[in-house]
Amino acid sequence: MTNDTVLKIPRITPKNMTEKEFFYGHKACAGCGGSVAVRLALKVLGERTYTALPAGCMAAVGFIFPQMAFNTNALITTFPGVASMASGIAAGAKALGQKDFKTVCFAGDGGTADIGLQALSGMIDRDDDVLYICYDNEAYMNTGIQKSGLTPYGTLTTTTPAGKNIHGTKTNKKNLFEIIAAHDIKYAATASIGYPQDYINKVNKAKHIKGATFIHVYASCPTGWGTPTNTSIEIAREAVDCGLIFLAEYQNGDYKLNKNPKEFKSVKEYLTKQGRFKHMTDADIEQVIAYRDMKWERMRRNWNS
Amino acid sequence: MENLKTNKIFISGDEAVAHGVRLSRPHVIAAYPITPQTITVERLSEMVENGELDSDYMHVESEHSALSAAMGASSVGARTFTATSSQGLLYMVEAMHYASGGRYPIVMMNANRSVALPWSIYGDQRDSLSQLDSGWIQVYVEDAQEALDMMIQAYKIAEHAKVLTPMMVNLDGFILTHTYEMVEIPDQAMVDKFLPVFETPNKMCFENPKNMAFSSQPDDNTEFKYQQNQAMFDAIEVIEQTEKEFGELFGRNYQSMVEEINCDDADAVLVTLGSITGTVRVVMEQLRARGLKVGILKIRYMRPFPEKEIMALSHKIKAIGVIDKDISFGYEGTIFTNVNSALAKSNASIFKKNFIGGLGGRDITKAEIEKMYHDLLAGITSNNQKTVEFFNLKVETND
Amino acid sequence: MERPVKKDFKRPTHINDYPVGPQYEAGHLAETNASWRSVRPVVDNDKCINCLICYMVCPDGTIMKTDGKISVDYDYCKGCGVCAHECPKDAIAMVKEEL
Repeated sequence: MTNDTVLKIPRITPKNMTEKEFFYGHKACAGCGGSVAVRLALKVLGERTYTALPAGCMAAVGFIFPQMAFNTNALITTFPGVASMASGIAAGAKALGQKDFKTVCFAGDGGTADIGLQALSGMIDRDDDVLYICYDNEAYMNTGIQKSGLTPYGTLTTTTPAGKNIHGTKTNKKNLFEIIAAHDIKYAATASIGYPQDYINKVNKAKHIKGATFIHVYASCPTGWGTPTNTSIEIAREAVDCGLIFLAEYQNGDYKLNKNPKEFKSVKEYLTKQGRFKHMTDADIEQVIAYRDMKWERMRRNWNS
Repeated sequence: MENLKTNKIFISGDEAVAHGVRLSRPHVIAAYPITPQTITVERLSEMVENGELDSDYMHVESEHSALSAAMGASSVGARTFTATSSQGLLYMVEAMHYASGGRYPIVMMNANRSVALPWSIYGDQRDSLSQLDSGWIQVYVEDAQEALDMMIQAYKIAEHAKVLTPMMVNLDGFILTHTYEMVEIPDQAMVDKFLPVFETPNKMCFENPKNMAFSSQPDDNTEFKYQQNQAMFDAIEVIEQTEKEFGELFGRNYQSMVEEINCDDADAVLVTLGSITGTVRVVMEQLRARGLKVGILKIRYMRPFPEKEIMALSHKIKAIGVIDKDISFGYEGTIFTNVNSALAKSNASIFKKNFIGGLGGRDITKAEIEKMYHDLLAGITSNNQKTVEFFNLKVETND
Repeated sequence: MERPVKKDFKRPTHINDYPVGPQYEAGHLAETNASWRSVRPVVDNDKCINCLICYMVCPDGTIMKTDGKISVDYDYCKGCGVCAHECPKDAIAMVKEEL
């Protein structure tokens, strides 16, 4: 059903998108990737949007009285309760007879894959009309770079120090996209701010689907990653190009890889540019590559039938 | 008086709450089941199913989400309801502070139940009394009729522009939630007259977009908290006014912050909270028949606290006892702490005693209450008793 | 300009000057972010082909595309340099701010 309707959705590009800004004057670090994700999504969703953000970077930098950086309706939610509070907004507004509006969540990797996962599962289970966007910068950045469930193997964080005995984070990222898809959600996608038009298209698609939808967007963090502020887009693009991050969609029970390159760019190059991976040995990097290859083999075998 | 058409039915306390909620027409109900609250949410689900109630019933996956969802709905100006008990109340504690700080006028029913460990599904009041500092208005009811009536009053109080504070209506688990009584169901048209549609400027909407639930720096935070405290004090007048209006319209009056029973000429008064009041009434009448000057102060509201009433009472009486189905470990019962603070401010030198018991569902007997009154009367002349006493232990202790 | 601008904000002097609880006008800006910047993007409109990549990827939304010409809101640009780095025509230079 949706495939046909999706085709009819007018494409949004930087040329035709609204000149209005809905996330403006915020206090995010210079070069913040998360704010690119929030800003672009809000421009796609437009004025008739309720925005919910749990405690986390985007909440902390967006609402410090009297500096109100959200130029539409927005609120901070409890850390574990962004999905349920957004569900409540959607239900309340509907019960009051409001029409033609969207409710969106922006939560970080910790707020989504760790503390907020239960409420998110409930939101999808109820199929509430909420678009949930997880901006993934691979650690608890707001509290000062601690390991989350989406921190990849090898990452140096302040709770996974890299020393002689332990080389940073010992675990891999949770398979968040597959966890969400396993709910039989109407629409889920992964994206990267390194491919902004693809992200815009996916937000636009989700906007036009009634019910629960989910986008996992890879969003760089120069402060936490130890990268120059001007390379935030480039590094998020390289993560995709080297195959550590994949672009995919799940709809009507089918997985689809949006980008399935014959060859990947260098993982080592991607990692060694970043302060958080600098300590990694060749053996550590080999392990990252082996895990990437195992995942791609599985995705190619199961998804693109 | 065609308007006073009434309808009495035989229902449990939980069901009385459900009827009170139905009559208040919430837009959104978000709740998670927990004994002994469950009957309330089951009945509400049925009412939504059969069309008696036009609400969105949200099947949330936890109490934390129940209250978070209620806050979300409230943030756009919807009337909301949730219900919980014990462990569930404690699971939503973060959201409770959030709701009061956010000034969301949510109404919640709490079925008072013991808190684990050890596990017990039976009643005491340690769950809600541990949350006096969460910024919620707390009222405790004595029977099913009061439970229903207070649901309707709660919305009017919580949503008042001077208050805008969430409100918790507490019923003793099982003793009230599961006991069947004859309850008068008010007429919907009269409830509508008493409780108009919720209107507030403090909401997100597209005509006047808002940023809500924000951060404030040390420069402003104290002022927001001062304001919240002031709203709680302002609630006292709103409670009194609401009570009066309710009495005039529905013919039932609960005497506002407290109910004083035979206090005017009393030597000794027992302070009660919730359903135990009923048993104490019986004992008090028996002792009165024997010529003993005893009375009851039924506290209805723990927040805001009836300080004024307790201070005034302290000048009339010679001894006061507080029954606490609660203990703050390492100190005393929480109701006693609050009552004692008011007494200290009144400079009254009267005999005081704190009776701790009824924990985890243990019955409080008439004989035990009678002994409390005798202790109080004896204390007027000779003060050689312990101030804080577990009155219904069944074993000897090392003391 | 279709974006929020700094407004005059008078600090409350009476408790009633505060909003009732934490809720306030959306998009109310009491200060700018200009002081964060050590370098500023300067657009060479002759080199610019109006591809709008810079517009799309600016984390602060401070690049404007009004009238088919790129310009920058220096009140809120933090000088991160993403625009210059992503520009396919090297039409944006990051120039040191005079202190």
